[in-house]
Amino acid sequence: MEREQHIEVRPPSAGGNTEEYWLNMGPQHPATHGVLHLIVRLDGETVREVKPELGYIHRSVEKMAENLTLLQNIHLTDRLDYLSCHMNNHAVCMVAEQACDIGVPERAEYIRVIVSELQRIQSHLLWWGAFAMDIGALSAFLYGFAEREKITDIFERLCGARLTMNYFRPGGVAQDLYDGFEQDARQACSDILYALDEYQRLVTGNLIFQERTRGVGILSRDKAIGYGCSGGTARASGLDYDVRRDDPYGIYDRFSFDVPVATAGDCYARYEVRMEEMRQSVQIIEQALKDLPVGPIQAKAKPVLKIPKGLQVFRQVETARGSFAMTAIGDGTATPLRVSYRSPGFMHVAALHEMSAGFKIADLITILGSLDPVIPDIDR
Amino acid sequence: MSEPAVPSALEPASATETVAAPTSAIADWIRDLCGDQEWLAWVVITLIGLGALAALASVSAMVLVWMERKVSAHMQLRLGPMRTGWHGALQPMADGLKLLFKEGLLPRTTDLFSYLLAPFIPMATALLALAVIPFSETWQLADPELGIIYVAALSGMSVFAILIGSWGSNNKYSLLGGMRAAAQALSYEISLLLVLMTAVLMSGETAMQAIVQSQEGYFWNWWLIRAPGVGFIAFIAFIISATAELNRAPFDFAESESELTGGFHTEYAGMAFAMFFLAEYVHLLVAACLGAVLFLGGYLPPVPALAFIPGPVWLLVKAFGLVFLFMWFRWTFPRLRIDQLLNLEWKFLMPVALLNLLAAGALRGWGWL
Repeated sequence: MEREQHIEVRPPSAGGNTEEYWLNMGPQHPATHGVLHLIVRLDGETVREVKPELGYIHRSVEKMAENLTLLQNIHLTDRLDYLSCHMNNHAVCMVAEQACDIGVPERAEYIRVIVSELQRIQSHLLWWGAFAMDIGALSAFLYGFAEREKITDIFERLCGARLTMNYFRPGGVAQDLYDGFEQDARQACSDILYALDEYQRLVTGNLIFQERTRGVGILSRDKAIGYGCSGGTARASGLDYDVRRDDPYGIYDRFSFDVPVATAGDCYARYEVRMEEMRQSVQIIEQALKDLPVGPIQAKAKPVLKIPKGLQVFRQVETARGSFAMTAIGDGTATPLRVSYRSPGFMHVAALHEMSAGFKIADLITILGSLDPVIPDIDR
Repeated sequence: MSEPAVPSALEPASATETVAAPTSAIADWIRDLCGDQEWLAWVVITLIGLGALAALASVSAMVLVWMERKVSAHMQLRLGPMRTGWHGALQPMADGLKLLFKEGLLPRTTDLFSYLLAPFIPMATALLALAVIPFSETWQLADPELGIIYVAALSGMSVFAILIGSWGSNNKYSLLGGMRAAAQALSYEISLLLVLMTAVLMSGETAMQAIVQSQEGYFWNWWLIRAPGVGFIAFIAFIISATAELNRAPFDFAESESELTGGFHTEYAGMAFAMFFLAEYVHLLVAACLGAVLFLGGYLPPVPALAFIPGPVWLLVKAFGLVFLFMWFRWTFPRLRIDQLLNLEWKFLMPVALLNLLAAGALRGWGWL
């Protein structure tokens, strides 16, 4: 192979006598959180352009969804954002409930909120560890996983699975809580609060960490809206929007919780917002556990759920990453005519160039980590 | 164990001799055996010494690999290797065997000569530097007059391995790692040299053995404590610049796993990678020994009453303490960014080291040391 084919030569940049070059980051790369493929134009260490290249793990999920019933679709959404599978399931269930007019028992609604919020914490813990690892603090990754494990164990006892839980059903949840769940959940919550204080001392207060994240990867509020960002990423840019509060679903309107908002829009702001979200989730869980009623966990529903012909149903939820929405159009049969998902990560990766152009290559990794991408969610 | 040096006819007559012949019971015995054949004695003693150094290097590299695994594991709420021998003590053997039996990959696009040359350099420089470390009054392969300059020169050499290897790999990730290593080594070499000069000023010596001897007595005679403030600042500056010179976290830019996959050794596999990997740990030992010699009294015990414990033990205890410090840094701190690293050096560390050198000179000039 000729050397010239190996290194693509570009015209020199305006800045000086340097050559720009293209670098393929991924699909196999330790910092792309799975198999994201970034094509990066670099000038030395400085990033000039980032092009996310999707399609490496495209699975035609939306097309598959058209050939499956709504019930079968639930487990398919586990495989989108696998760290928010309860929330994804919730969106599908709400679509089915609205289309077929199914009511959800009180207890099931509370269980949904509790496991959703537990999973939000679980997802953020994994993000915290991975983000710290992207910056080079390797031990933090294991610390995050150690705490996450406690919640994963609860889920394993609850529904038998540790990652793709498939727990929600239209009209309720699959099984009732096991004996001792409430105690386990309370214990996990107090452990998380303790761990968060520890993380504060270990990573947040670290001078190197602050140097690496403050002022890096700034996304303005207008750009955040323009790119369709949501969740922690948008809230860190000053966009005060949370689906749980502003478009309440389930019984989220019964709980009091804060929506943390920062205005800086940099990696540190995104970090702070997500750390605070964990504390707020703990608050929601504690309120829900206090009010948890007894009763049925599953409403009576027809065995085959059909979306009426021509009916279009749109429901959105707040996952750990942002707003996840499902739109389904029915044709009167057991399978929907058209299903469309709106995943938060897709929009965030689109904004990656906006945030990282002009920063160093190490910052690109920091910025990508701060967006908390889950690749199967971006590339369906 | 070694005995006090016995004056022998073959010992260098004057102190101006650049390399002092090793003196120990074994050396004297060999000299006796060889009789008039001085050159033969010299060859045999040198070969034995080099063999001992190579053995020390490989054994200590294995111990350090095991230690790194265990230290990182316990810092990360894990146990680390537990099944290969007692608490995984044989794990480095298993690692070494695995690397030995791996296929030596030779990517087509490499520059063959430099790609194959690079893995040999770091081990060579590490072994050469180890030769002047005094393990006791007599256990030292060579004690050149300018020992400290010699060590500084060798530490500058080791960056060539990364540069040559990264260029020869013909991989953009490797090249980025190599460029970073060059910038880093060039910068931190300066503050390292300033720190070494501070130690030279404090002790008034440049030979390693003499620097150790200048800290004779109780532990408050160690340069870390004895020179008020100056020694401590110099020690901190030494730790920072040594971490940078060793390419260890938080300054592991040449590798920076999360950004550059493997950095300069991305394209290396099998034994070629093992050479880089083991040399890294020998360099770590050399740096720790150097720190112990310059600031912690080398092989001298903290109080003379403990002199019954032999010198090499003391040196290794101090060196491994410093190694633990390096490992602690690695598993705690996030990585800096390359521009922040250079800012730290040029805007903070170098001025501080320079002022510290001036302060040491002033203390020396006023006769306070």
